[in-house]
Amino acid sequence: METLYSVTVGVLTACSVFLILRGRSFPVVVGITMLSYAVNLFLFSTGRLTIDGAPIYGTQETYADPLPQALVLTAIVIGFAMTAYSIILAVRARGEIGTDEVNQQDNSTEGNR
Amino acid sequence: MWQQHLAILPILVPLFAALLQLLPWGDRPQPKRRAIGLLASILTLVLSIALLIQVNQDQMIVYALGNWSAPFGIVLMVDKLSALMMLITAILALPVLIYGCYAEDNLGSHFQALFQFQIMGIMGAFATGDIFNLFVFFEVLLISSYALLMHGGGKFRLRTTLHYVLLNLLGSALFLIGIGTLYGVTGTLNMADLATQIQQLTGDQAALAKAGGMMLLIVFGIKAAILPLHFWLPQAYSTTTGVVAALFAIMTKVGVYAIVRVYTLIFGPEANELAFIAHDWLWVMGLITMLAGAIGILGARDLRLLVAYLVVISIGTLIATYSLNDIATTGAMLFYLIHSTFITGALFLLADLIAFERGKTASRIVSGKKMANHSTYSVMFLVAAIAIIGLPPLSGFVGKLFILESASPNGTSFWLWGAVLGATLIMLISVTRAGSKMLWHTLSGKPNEQSAPLGKRAAVIMLLALSLTMTIFANPIRSYTTDVAEQLYDIQQYPSRVLTEGEK
Repeated sequence: METLYSVTVGVLTACSVFLILRGRSFPVVVGITMLSYAVNLFLFSTGRLTIDGAPIYGTQETYADPLPQALVLTAIVIGFAMTAYSIILAVRARGEIGTDEVNQQDNSTEGNR
Repeated sequence: MWQQHLAILPILVPLFAALLQLLPWGDRPQPKRRAIGLLASILTLVLSIALLIQVNQDQMIVYALGNWSAPFGIVLMVDKLSALMMLITAILALPVLIYGCYAEDNLGSHFQALFQFQIMGIMGAFATGDIFNLFVFFEVLLISSYALLMHGGGKFRLRTTLHYVLLNLLGSALFLIGIGTLYGVTGTLNMADLATQIQQLTGDQAALAKAGGMMLLIVFGIKAAILPLHFWLPQAYSTTTGVVAALFAIMTKVGVYAIVRVYTLIFGPEANELAFIAHDWLWVMGLITMLAGAIGILGARDLRLLVAYLVVISIGTLIATYSLNDIATTGAMLFYLIHSTFITGALFLLADLIAFERGKTASRIVSGKKMANHSTYSVMFLVAAIAIIGLPPLSGFVGKLFILESASPNGTSFWLWGAVLGATLIMLISVTRAGSKMLWHTLSGKPNEQSAPLGKRAAVIMLLALSLTMTIFANPIRSYTTDVAEQLYDIQQYPSRVLTEGEK
């Protein structure tokens, strides 16, 4: 189980890193979403993987660590909101700038105006 | 009775103020929202002062949220460093908010509420004693900063915000991986408890904790804008509105604070195998960050970009000084941190005012028409320039003097002397060039008509006056920051205070 779990996290992370390194905002957003999935899975495993364990101490012989579950819940909520925000931002950037390229240089000299 | 809850009040006041501001306030909501915001900011300032006094008496306040004792529950741990940082935030926020109340908040919706949420996140990040809670407060301040950075709208802001958001989302993911690794190895998230657990790690476990700790360094490096993670800062700070940029003067300091906290308390002198894992990196990166900032100011052709790169230099100075790693240098570093927060805030606001009154030439470093209040701004710019460059007699000079004095030249700190003095020279060249180009070599003809409201000028003068105050009271402030540093390096007291007091 541990092997399968770690391979899943590893593959997810690797794919997300690949996507984040793309030059368009859509793949980058998808990559960051995937990375947050990988991170959530990883966080969940930090309390060690137990099967059939209630997250309450003393009721059963095996018990699961409840804290990572709480952490994952928080991380999911925050990650979800942030993904939504970044998608809106990417869509607006696509609409206003007219391209999906993250670093598109247009003829107006940006920043050092 | 209320003193018992003093530690959490600077977080709660902005929260409730923001919630109140979000209510529909009739046809003309803005004056009411402004009144709530200003009242909340004054109250936060008073509470921060009260907190500082209280912490000076008790050394440290441990506040167990929901009365769940540490290390099982989340605690707020306000020591002298936290109280000092919270006070700086509150002092900076007031003039910036006053400036913002002069119609700056009409450029986009909910500026006032976002401002308060931002303050809440920053206060929380300074107060918390739990590393996952630190992540949560980082997210609170980041989410508000995403929206604030967009304040006013426009293409350039949209793109820089997109960059900033994506970079920080990546940072948050790394933060979670780092925290997860530390939790997996030590089984705790409480910072004081982590400090004791880290000491017992050996071999593989220590290596894992080191990986987690270094991952956190990347996250804090993004926040603090240390090279090579600083590329977002100049663009973001120079394209956003002046008032937001001035508030963000404290944001990079949150990153510096997190570095100081984590790499002194958790990976500090007591951590056996993992002692000072970050300091060699911080030393090199700090020096190179100063170099990068210096190159940036030489190339900047816009006053706001120039100020943004000045922020990069100050971050490099702070990080390199901190990495010298003793009480004297950390004390000097904290003095310089206070100075640089206020003065960069003032400079961003001043650049905004100058850009407004110059009209077409805005903040570009080229000759333009005279401004309506030309001489006022020239004097203000002169004062701000002297302070930020570090020329006598203002606080920048005192701050740099303290840094150089505490890092008396021997083998390694020789480089710090060279870097600080070299950066000062380049700052002198660039800032005087900008000042003489914009304020001295004006075009002949009638000055521009548009004049900024007096209140905006007063807000900048308030921030500049802080620099003067820091010069006059340099010695008491310095001895206080040395006190703060002494407490910071006394690692033993943290677990003993946090883990026992939580049980009450």
